[in-house]
Amino acid sequence: MSQAQADQRSPDAATPVIAPGHTIASISDKISAIVLTRGTARGWWIGFGISLFFVNVFMVAATYLIATGIGIWGNNIPVAWGVGILNFVWWIGIGHAGTLISAILLLLNQSWRTSINRFAEAMTLFAVACAGLYPLLHLGRVWVFYWLLPYPSTMGVWPQFRSALVWDVFAVSTYMTVSFLFWFVGLIPDLATLRDRSHSRVGRVIYGFLAMGWRGSARHWKRFEVAYLLLAGVATPLVVSVHTVVSFDFATSIEPGWHTTIFPPYFVAGAIYSGFAMVLTLAIPLRAAYGLQDFITMRHLENMAKVMLATALMVAYGYMCEAFFGWYSANTYEEYVVHNRFAGPYRIAYFTLIACNVIIPQLLWIRAVRIQPVVLWIIAIICNVGMWLERFVIIVISLHRDFLPSSWDMYYPTFWDYATFAGTLGLFFFLLFLFIRFLPMISIFEMRELVHRTEEDHA
Amino acid sequence: MPDHLLLEAAAPPDVYGVLGEFPSADQLVEAARLAHEAGYRRMDAYSPFPVHGLAEALGARATRLSFVVLLGGITGGVLGYLLQYYCVVVSYPLNIGGRPYHTWPSFIPITFEMTILGAALAAVFGMLALNGLPRPHHPLFAVPEFNQASHSRFFLCLEARDPHFDLDRSQEFLTHAGATYITIVES
Repeated sequence: MSQAQADQRSPDAATPVIAPGHTIASISDKISAIVLTRGTARGWWIGFGISLFFVNVFMVAATYLIATGIGIWGNNIPVAWGVGILNFVWWIGIGHAGTLISAILLLLNQSWRTSINRFAEAMTLFAVACAGLYPLLHLGRVWVFYWLLPYPSTMGVWPQFRSALVWDVFAVSTYMTVSFLFWFVGLIPDLATLRDRSHSRVGRVIYGFLAMGWRGSARHWKRFEVAYLLLAGVATPLVVSVHTVVSFDFATSIEPGWHTTIFPPYFVAGAIYSGFAMVLTLAIPLRAAYGLQDFITMRHLENMAKVMLATALMVAYGYMCEAFFGWYSANTYEEYVVHNRFAGPYRIAYFTLIACNVIIPQLLWIRAVRIQPVVLWIIAIICNVGMWLERFVIIVISLHRDFLPSSWDMYYPTFWDYATFAGTLGLFFFLLFLFIRFLPMISIFEMRELVHRTEEDHA
Repeated sequence: MPDHLLLEAAAPPDVYGVLGEFPSADQLVEAARLAHEAGYRRMDAYSPFPVHGLAEALGARATRLSFVVLLGGITGGVLGYLLQYYCVVVSYPLNIGGRPYHTWPSFIPITFEMTILGAALAAVFGMLALNGLPRPHHPLFAVPEFNQASHSRFFLCLEARDPHFDLDRSQEFLTHAGATYITIVES
């Protein structure tokens, strides 16, 4: 079934994946112009400046942490994993939507992914970079991070391969590498376009260097397509495995509230949920600022909202299961964790989480809400907050009161916890601002292909 | 090399080939098919996006890349498992309450990740290697119009190293095949 036929049958026929009237040339011009000829907007400088400020906040926070030790953070026994690990899980989860959009939707032949996959992949990459900083900083002695890797050391010991924490090192570094490769391979033909259209010598040299001599040969395209499809094929199980392994960090322990079998699917659903929320958070202002409504249409926003709604329901199912397991376990400690979530000192976090992730997303059942960008944007932000709180609930509420009441204690994040978090948010947006200024944020060659196929279908 | 000798006879040594531009992807595929029928083998088509059926029309063989990726995945997985086996069973066995050393279920996540990593690296570097990239310079880059190949235009290049190549007849062939613009590419 061709895309045009699919469009006619679907109720979304009025909102196509690309506005009519575009040709292969106009697509190439419009997207490459954002990088090459439109110059730097004032809004870009302001956003870039603010994010650069927070990058510096991160630098200060990280320097102080490395110089002093992780005592400057609020985590201590019993809450040994505080906001640091929380943010790690949050950022990794955000990354998942990028891979889902670029790999899984590619395999499912969903052509609407084409205009959002590039920046969703970039988002993945930057989110994983931010995530990776937390376990490193949490080591305390970050300068010996290579002890995590299996290398023949003079100490004669190896990492503990039976530990989920070591699995995590492999899962996250593989995820980072594969996300980068996927993103970069997709960029090669577009870098060639920028090389050929750049008016400055510096641009031609840099883009030419990165394009590696790509010239659009039919034989090259064929191998390129095979490579791209196979990368999507291996990235799909990878993205599912990464958050599964992250959830093993919790699920393989005997901590009450963590030791459940629902964790892997529930973490993966939550990751996709928060990732799509972040894609919407970024896509809605970007399409307005750069006039990309022709490429990122209401259909995209609506589809993403639907994915968010579906995954929000899965996450809600996860919360139900957690409560059910606590009761059904007939285990004092498991029962107490559930009780402590509903009625303990952090109950506000728990009920806010339920409001953000279960109740408010129900608004997305209404089409009028899904096609209202501003409302959708606010809901997406709320979802991001909700997912942050979910990790807070999982990590802090379980740890702060576990087996021995004599070792119960409260956990409060410190100024430096928040400064580090604000710093990684700054780093994320800093990288994103650089990306949208210097690289095409929409995949040009895939958009050309989409136009070509649409023309063929109409002919 | 007999090809080389024929080349000397058919074309001046400083010619890489003749390049023709075609108005659409379909016409490019048709021209490639005609060229293959006419006996041209050393030729390539250039397009701003992957055109289905174009490589086949040129007579390109099925790519070996999938096989390379399979090998990469298997290599990654086997190495990942052996690494863990060596560390935990051979190099530094740790007796924890008499439990077995070869705890294979706990080796699965890393084996899986290493399989994916091996396959992904093989896909990317295999694709680049089979395509002969990076290649900083190519004779086609000297053609001013060729920069449109990454924008919106479609090209077919008949190369001089083809035994069938003849400077005049090849240009004539491109005209008949529907080329709107023809130029000689210097090597």
